[in-house]
Amino acid sequence: MTAVNPFGLAAQHHVLSVLVQNRPGVLARVANLFARRGYNIFSLAVAPTEQDDYSRITIVVDVESAPLEQIVKQLFKLVDVVRISELDPRQSVERELLMATVRATPDQRAQVVELTNIFEGTIVAVGAEALTVSLDGSPSKIDDFMALLGQYGIVESQRTGRIALPRLDRGARVRALPGSPTPAARASARSTGKGKAS
Amino acid sequence: MKTNQQITGAQALIRALEHERVEVMFGLPGGCILPAYDPLLESPIRHVLVRHEQGAGHMAEGYAHVTGRPGVAMVTSGPAATNLVTPLCDAYMDSVPMVAITGQVPTAAIGTDAFQECDTVGITRSTTKHNELVMSADDLPLAIRQAFHLATTGRPGPVLVDVPKDVLQASTTWHWPTDDEVLDSLPGYRPNVKGHPKMIKGAARLILAATRPVLYVGGGVLKARAAEALRELAELTQIPVVTTLMARGAFPDGHPLCLGMPGMHGTATAVTAMQKSDLLIALGARFDDRVTGKVAAFAPEAKIIHVDIDPAEQGKVRTPDVPIVGDCRLVIEEIVRALRDLLGSGERQADVGPWRSRVSGWREQFPLAYEPSAPGAHLKPQYCLERLRDASPADTIVVSGVGQHQMWASQYWRFNEPYTWVNSGGLGTMGFAVPAAIGAKVGRPDRTVWAIDGDGCFQMTAQELVTASIERIPVKVGILNNAYLGMVRQWQEMFYGERYSEVHLGHVLPDYVRWAEAMGCVGIRVESPEEVESAIDKANSIKDKPVVVEFRVDADEKVFPMVPAGQSNDDILLPPSQTERRERLR
Repeated sequence: MTAVNPFGLAAQHHVLSVLVQNRPGVLARVANLFARRGYNIFSLAVAPTEQDDYSRITIVVDVESAPLEQIVKQLFKLVDVVRISELDPRQSVERELLMATVRATPDQRAQVVELTNIFEGTIVAVGAEALTVSLDGSPSKIDDFMALLGQYGIVESQRTGRIALPRLDRGARVRALPGSPTPAARASARSTGKGKAS
Repeated sequence: MKTNQQITGAQALIRALEHERVEVMFGLPGGCILPAYDPLLESPIRHVLVRHEQGAGHMAEGYAHVTGRPGVAMVTSGPAATNLVTPLCDAYMDSVPMVAITGQVPTAAIGTDAFQECDTVGITRSTTKHNELVMSADDLPLAIRQAFHLATTGRPGPVLVDVPKDVLQASTTWHWPTDDEVLDSLPGYRPNVKGHPKMIKGAARLILAATRPVLYVGGGVLKARAAEALRELAELTQIPVVTTLMARGAFPDGHPLCLGMPGMHGTATAVTAMQKSDLLIALGARFDDRVTGKVAAFAPEAKIIHVDIDPAEQGKVRTPDVPIVGDCRLVIEEIVRALRDLLGSGERQADVGPWRSRVSGWREQFPLAYEPSAPGAHLKPQYCLERLRDASPADTIVVSGVGQHQMWASQYWRFNEPYTWVNSGGLGTMGFAVPAAIGAKVGRPDRTVWAIDGDGCFQMTAQELVTASIERIPVKVGILNNAYLGMVRQWQEMFYGERYSEVHLGHVLPDYVRWAEAMGCVGIRVESPEEVESAIDKANSIKDKPVVVEFRVDADEKVFPMVPAGQSNDDILLPPSQTERRERLR
């Protein structure tokens, strides 16, 4: 990882936002394709979208392992993949969530709390000698916060994969999901039990 | 079409196959797929009972190759499903339309390591175009419709439908999904078939400007039923044609513009024409390593027009100057139209005459060649193939295994019609020939079907000749028996200093004639050149049962020309009789 840009993203990393049908095994298909073709995943986040039928997978890919164009084309061959957008960090908003348990003896606790407040993070749990804090924000903000927490000693931490959406350009046309049913139609589909396991 | 009549999942499955106009399927029953075999008794679908599930898969492939219709294989769970993995992978590599149906343990037992359970969908994820575990009988008809749609549209390929036993036993209301329902269920699948008009025009302009063009024809041309369109394009522009291993027959070998097969064992003319070309028009071809040799040294001066229905093939190996994503037949027809428009509006095509005479010169100087056997010496495999070719009907379907015999068959046969050549190109599956030939004969019972096999290959899947005998599928098998894994032996001789390691199979065992007879076939052994023609005539005259002809051939014979793996096509090794004049190959 070299040439970090001001957005905290190495030059060889690209963010793909992949809209998929929310069906059993879809994540395995995507992961399998990356493994099979020797592409590297830097981070991954997946969850259903506002429509039950679709999930969105945000993948940060390492394009040193393969040209981005090939990765995108191969991904798009998966039948369950509906749409792929490459998100330029300068034209998208990105967030990550961090939870970290930090060593904080009573005399250090105030410092950790203060640091968390400066970053607008949250104290999630308090123990006798440790605190669990959470912070959501841009990846670079989370990098900075973790670096500062490091001096107290991070016992455990977990970052979510990066999630991202295109930055809103006023006046740009907004593209809804394919075949977007009206809210009423969606509600009736749900009541007929057309739900899907994921 | 909706009725309130309740049927079982198994009945829905078979009815769905009937609605897809399946005439024949290849399979072998077992525990979890048992329910599906019961309604089959009342179905008009013919079922060919194989001896090994791998055979079912290759038969489905052979059927698909010659008919263009998807081949169907049905087997049970666990070991049956794993036995199907090789044919699925083979069909995926060669873009063969195929639908596989596998039984699965009951839904409640999935994940418990139940008897004959395996993660079929997981195992076949990277060997199929798509696969699906169907968890409800209500979903079965849609899953089958999706499978046939996916297998046959876009870039064709195998699709697997995994069906748990209780889903087959459950009761459901029959509903056959409409076209719209199928499309709506696959929002991410919209293959692009029509080429971009701007790119087509760009391609036409490049073609008119080229002075050393070559049509590089791959298997996609056959998949798109584009042989006629291709011929029109070649004849309009007078551009020479090479047909890859997967495309043999897409352009007639007897045509004056045909240069034969390119690649590792291609003709010197085809290989050199591509190397010296200034424009390669790649049609449904994927720049496979067996064609390009060392990529950095491949056709260094050529611009590339790349027509392929799979966008991921564009730029995968070589960046095209004009990429066209679309169906080969439609795109070629559009290119022809664009060329006619340009020519009609007064544009002229560059003179390809000098190029054609240069190419003809190579063809005269460097034909395929082998040394005929000295009197009393071993039979030459090439000689057997030439006699077989000359004595068999022109529209004979030739099916091969993988190895030396495959290369010789592709080189020495004259393919003048599409869909007369069936082989395992991408995966290189030894043992492909016998079952694939059976599938081909089922698909085209009107044709003579010859499997050209090696002794190593034959021993991998020969048991399917029992299937052929019992099901009355009269295929013919010619074994070029050199008592070795011949291609491996050739590599050990040429690249491992003649250190032969584990390649000798032996002439003593098996006794192919008695083995053939034990399987209900006629067995014939040929040991000298004088016996060749009468054996072939006898084999061709037998119409009611399978025939196996064992040709005992010279083990020292090697396949030439050859571009050693990873080397530049410029370093092609010619047959010994031609090496002296190699300077003229320029």
